[in-house]
Amino acid sequence: MAYHSTLYLLAFLPIVLLLYQIVPQRWRWSLLLGASYFYFWSFSGVLVLYLAGTTLFVAGIGRCLHRMKLRCKEEAKTLERAERSQYKKRCHRRERQLLTVSIIVLVGVLGYLKYANFLIENTNSLLAALHIQVSMATRKIMVPIGVSFYTLEAIGYLVDVYWEKIPGNEPLGKVALFLGFFPQTMEGPIAMYEQTADDIWAGKPLKLQQLGDGAVRIFWGLFKKIIIADRLAVAANELFDHFTDYHGVMIVVAAVFYTVQLYMEFSGCMDIVIGSGQLFGICLPENFNQPFVSRNPAEFWRRWHMSLGVWFRTYIFYPVSTSGLVKKWTKFARKKLGKQASKVGVSALALFPVWMCNGLWHGASWNYIFYGVYYFVLLLGSVILEPVRERVLQVTGADETAAYWKVSQILKTWVIIVTGELFFRANGIRAGLIMFTSMFRSFSLSPLCDGSLLALGLEWTDYVIVAAGCLAVAVVGSIREHQRLGGRRLLELPRPIGWGLCLALILSVVIFGAYGVGYQQVDLIYAGF
Amino acid sequence: MEKLLEILNELDESINWEQETALIDDRLIDSFGVISLVSELEDAFDIEIEAVELIPANFNSVDALWAMIHRLQED
Repeated sequence: MAYHSTLYLLAFLPIVLLLYQIVPQRWRWSLLLGASYFYFWSFSGVLVLYLAGTTLFVAGIGRCLHRMKLRCKEEAKTLERAERSQYKKRCHRRERQLLTVSIIVLVGVLGYLKYANFLIENTNSLLAALHIQVSMATRKIMVPIGVSFYTLEAIGYLVDVYWEKIPGNEPLGKVALFLGFFPQTMEGPIAMYEQTADDIWAGKPLKLQQLGDGAVRIFWGLFKKIIIADRLAVAANELFDHFTDYHGVMIVVAAVFYTVQLYMEFSGCMDIVIGSGQLFGICLPENFNQPFVSRNPAEFWRRWHMSLGVWFRTYIFYPVSTSGLVKKWTKFARKKLGKQASKVGVSALALFPVWMCNGLWHGASWNYIFYGVYYFVLLLGSVILEPVRERVLQVTGADETAAYWKVSQILKTWVIIVTGELFFRANGIRAGLIMFTSMFRSFSLSPLCDGSLLALGLEWTDYVIVAAGCLAVAVVGSIREHQRLGGRRLLELPRPIGWGLCLALILSVVIFGAYGVGYQQVDLIYAGF
Repeated sequence: MEKLLEILNELDESINWEQETALIDDRLIDSFGVISLVSELEDAFDIEIEAVELIPANFNSVDALWAMIHRLQED
C-alpha cells in the first residue's frame, strides 16, 4: 500500500478521512494511531512491535529525564549559590549518561537490523584476505519499514527533552503518533517533535480548503512520480543493470536519468505525504526546495532532503562543533595557526561524522559510504579553498551576482550532483567505478541522436512527455519559491484559471501516467532506506 | 554591547549588524559562522554556549545575541 498506489489513495486514505470526521474530536488521535499502526502492519506485519517498542522506550526515558530535571530544580532551590552550580553540573552529568545509554540502545537496534550482515560479510572478506579460516554465517534479518526515519525522530525526541525544548512527560499516545503517523512511515519527512506532534494530536475538524489544497498537492506528487519518475526508471534501470554494455555519453545519460528520477520520485512522494497531512489540517515539514538551482554542494544539501539535513545539523553537527574537544582545538588553532586553519579543523571534525552518518543512514553498502565521503571531501575542500576563491574573484573582478557567474556555478553543481548519484545508484562501488571510468571511453555525442536512446525501453513520445513534465516542475518550483503569484494557492486563483489548471493536472496524471503494458509499478526508492 | 559589536565586525565588516534582524534566516551567517561566533562569545563573555542554544532565534539579531549572553551569564 505505497503512497502512490490506488489502494492507499482510493481506499485507505478516504476511509480514514471519513472515520476521522465521524468520530468525536477527543478520539481522533486514537483513530489516527490505529490507522498508522494498521498501515505499518500492512508492510511489516509483526515487526510493528519494533515501532511500539521504540515508542514505549523513548516515552519512558523521556519521563525519567523529565523527573530528573524536576527533582534537580527543586533540590537546587534549597542550596547556596556556589553549591547550586556544582549540584546542577552533577545532575546534568547524570542526565547526559542516561541520554547517551538510550541513544546507544536506539542506534544499536538500528545497527543490528540494517548493518549486522554488512559487518559480518566484510569481516569474513577481511579474514579470508588474511587467510584466517573463520567464517561467520549471515542471518536472515527482517527490517521493519521506515526504521531509519522513526529512529532518527526518536533520538531527536530524547535530545529535545534533555535540552528542555519539550517537557518529556508527554502522553504516550502523542509520542506514538509522532513516531508512527502513517503519511511519514515510508519516507519521512523526519520531523522534530515541536514541528508536528501538537497538530497530529489535536484532532482538528476537516476543512474544505485544506481538503482542496491537500488533494492538489497529492495530484502534483502523482504527476512527478507517475509521469516522469516511472518513465525514467525504465531507461535508468536498463543502463545501470547492464552497465557493461554502455560507455561514454550513455553513462552520462544513465546518471542524469537516475538523478532526475530520484528527485521526481522522492519529492513527488513528499508531495503526496505533505498533501495527505494537509487533508487532516496537519502541516508536515517540507523536504525539497528547488535543489537544481543550487550554486554549490552546501546549498544543494540545504534544498535536498532538507529534514535529514536539519536533523544532522541539529543533533550531530552543532553538538560536535560545541563539544569540548572541538572547542579546545578552536582555541588552540586560532592562537597558533590562524582563523582559516581553525575553521578548516572545526569543519573537518564536525563534518566527518555528519557525512559518514549520512552515507551509512542510506544503507549498508560501500557505495552509500562512498557517497557520504564524496560530499565530505567536497564540502571540506570548499572550506579549504575559500581564500583562493575570494582571491580569484578579487583578481578577475568577476561579479558573483551576474547571470553568467550564477549559471556557471549551477552547471558546476549539476556535475557534482549527477556524479554523486551515479555512485549512489550503481550496483556496488566496483560497478560505480567502472561506470565512471567508462564514461571517458570513446566519448561521442552521436548516441544521443542515432536511436540509442530509443533502445532503452522508451519511445520518443516518452521523452517529450518527460521533458514537458520537467519543464512544468521547474516552472511551478520557481513560482512557489519566489511567490510569483503573491503567495496565493492554486485554488485561490481566478476560478477559470485555478480550476482549469487543477483539471489539467488530474487529466495529465490519468492520460500520461506510466501504466499499462510495458510499465511496472515502481517501488519508492527511499522506502528501502 | 560594544564588545559584542566589535566581535561581530571582526567576523564580517560588510554586515550592518545593528540593522539586521534575520542574520540566520537570510543566510548572512552560515553554520560555520555560528560556530566561529560561539567560540568568540564564550571567550569574551565567560559563558558556555551549548548546542541547544544554536537556534535562529538566538542568532538572528544583535539584540537576540545580547539577550542570550545575558541569560547564560545569569545561569
